[in-house]
Amino acid sequence: MAQGKYVVEAKDLKKSYGSNEVLKGINLRVERGTMLALLGPNGAGKTTTVRILSTLLGFDSGTVKVEGYDVTTEPDKVRGVIGLTGQSAAIDELLTGRENLVMMGRLYRLTSASAKARAQELLEEFSLLDAADRPAKTYSGGMRRRLDLAVSLIATPPVIFLDEPTTGLDPRSRLAMWSIIKELMAAGTTILLTTQYLEEADQLADRIVVIDGGKVIAEGTATELKAKVGKDRLELTFTDTQTLGRAVALLGKKIIDSDEKENTATVVIKDTNSDVKETLIHLSKEKIAIQSMAIHKPTLDDVFLSLTGKQKTVETGDEK
Amino acid sequence: MATQLVFETRPKAILALSDSFIMIKRSGRHIIRNRDQLLGAFFQPIMFLVLFASVFGGAIAKALPHDVTYLNFLMAGIIVQTAAFGSTTTAIAVCNDLQKGIVDRFRSLPMSNIAVLNGHVISDLFRNSISTLVMLLAGLVIGFRPHASATDWLLIAGILFLFTLAFSWLSAIVGVLAKSVEGVQWLTFVLVFPLTFASTAFVPAEGMNRVLRAFAVNQPITHVVEAVRALILGTPIGNHGWLAISWCIGVLIVAMPLASWLFRRKTSN
Repeated sequence: MAQGKYVVEAKDLKKSYGSNEVLKGINLRVERGTMLALLGPNGAGKTTTVRILSTLLGFDSGTVKVEGYDVTTEPDKVRGVIGLTGQSAAIDELLTGRENLVMMGRLYRLTSASAKARAQELLEEFSLLDAADRPAKTYSGGMRRRLDLAVSLIATPPVIFLDEPTTGLDPRSRLAMWSIIKELMAAGTTILLTTQYLEEADQLADRIVVIDGGKVIAEGTATELKAKVGKDRLELTFTDTQTLGRAVALLGKKIIDSDEKENTATVVIKDTNSDVKETLIHLSKEKIAIQSMAIHKPTLDDVFLSLTGKQKTVETGDEK
Repeated sequence: MATQLVFETRPKAILALSDSFIMIKRSGRHIIRNRDQLLGAFFQPIMFLVLFASVFGGAIAKALPHDVTYLNFLMAGIIVQTAAFGSTTTAIAVCNDLQKGIVDRFRSLPMSNIAVLNGHVISDLFRNSISTLVMLLAGLVIGFRPHASATDWLLIAGILFLFTLAFSWLSAIVGVLAKSVEGVQWLTFVLVFPLTFASTAFVPAEGMNRVLRAFAVNQPITHVVEAVRALILGTPIGNHGWLAISWCIGVLIVAMPLASWLFRRKTSN
């Protein structure tokens, strides 16, 4: 097996459906043992990219290599080293969780004994043991996603594609999914994740590629991107308008916005820790009481606003 | 990772075959777990059998040779009709797989893609065998008296096997082409219903008008029905035997590669 520095490499990837150009020259590389997040709104081309990288979809021009294998000429080699978790849980509803795992393991060419042992191990790891012998159609949304991810890990492939693994999950299931993904990363798996949520990319990924309209519009670490994109904001709420007035007078230019109806003031912070501390100390020295405070991170909307100069693209339906 | 994974090292062709077995096991489990469908596979043929025998029996018996009861005449037709309808389950199963993400999963695996179709087609054979057996038993209970020898029964099984296989592969094509499961149900209905009724499955061709009759006596389902009927009643089989077999093999030769090609094409876009 090739052991290059980059496990996934796409160069100038283009794909059209008729006159509809879905990908307009995507370049991306995922370094061994790291996670790259592909961040973008619906219809940006995330799913199309993942489908091409995982051999499911042909493309018009460019080159794609996974573990050094060309996806066009050696698709079977590629399929042997990747695991894919798509947007819709790709599991067999009538089979039990365990049967799903063993079946997929066998199709990955694991021996029967190996597939069974590994299925048991994954059921334990993903807290699915209690439901292991129930048909998957009885599973909750979170359980389905966990089973789906477990299925793609059955043969411990060195490369994993996660296409919006937490879309549609409730916050608790999302956190559970994140911790599973973090464990995967700790085990040295190379991961390409797509997401609509900046927070998810921020929490998990080593590097982020932002795509919109089939083009890469920004690339870097979460910190780099945020610095480029927008700053954290501290929102302070005061008990009354008079206190608000004193705070605004005190903090002066640091305040970018204040609202007398809600008695709130918004402060831009560069370094969350020290700036917040400094602001609070400043206020408490003058005995200005705060009712509540909240820190706002830049959102995907901010990213898009700043990178493209337009609001986040309106949903254009399913990209396929 | 704790478990040391061991991979199969057998030759590629054997692995492709094993993929098909895994898929047959999967579809087989579907048959058992899909209770509504399973109940249908048991009761629908019995319902048809009893209804036809009791509703048409009296009227049609007059058109039959005096030593043949309508039930004995009907049995071959209803067995073939059940097999034809049963085969459409392949279309539904294939369409279902395509609608859900599971085909993408299969395609991202280093497996043989056609195994998915093989699984559905072969498991259809199992279910149809069960339906046929149930119906034969029900027939015996209400007065069906076959004159077939053990060899005849083997021939009957062989013809039905080929017929189901051919129809299931046709059905796989419908499943790939259809846009929804409802579409499949509608399509198979308008294809299978006229084909089985415009044949000698339920009535002798003599009473049909000339155009319909010309179609009915020459179409494949009639040959299959007549071959099975001759074997059941112990009457001369004529040309029907080899025509039935040739039709089935001909359909298989066209439908198998066509379904596989369409399936590949559909799933790579």
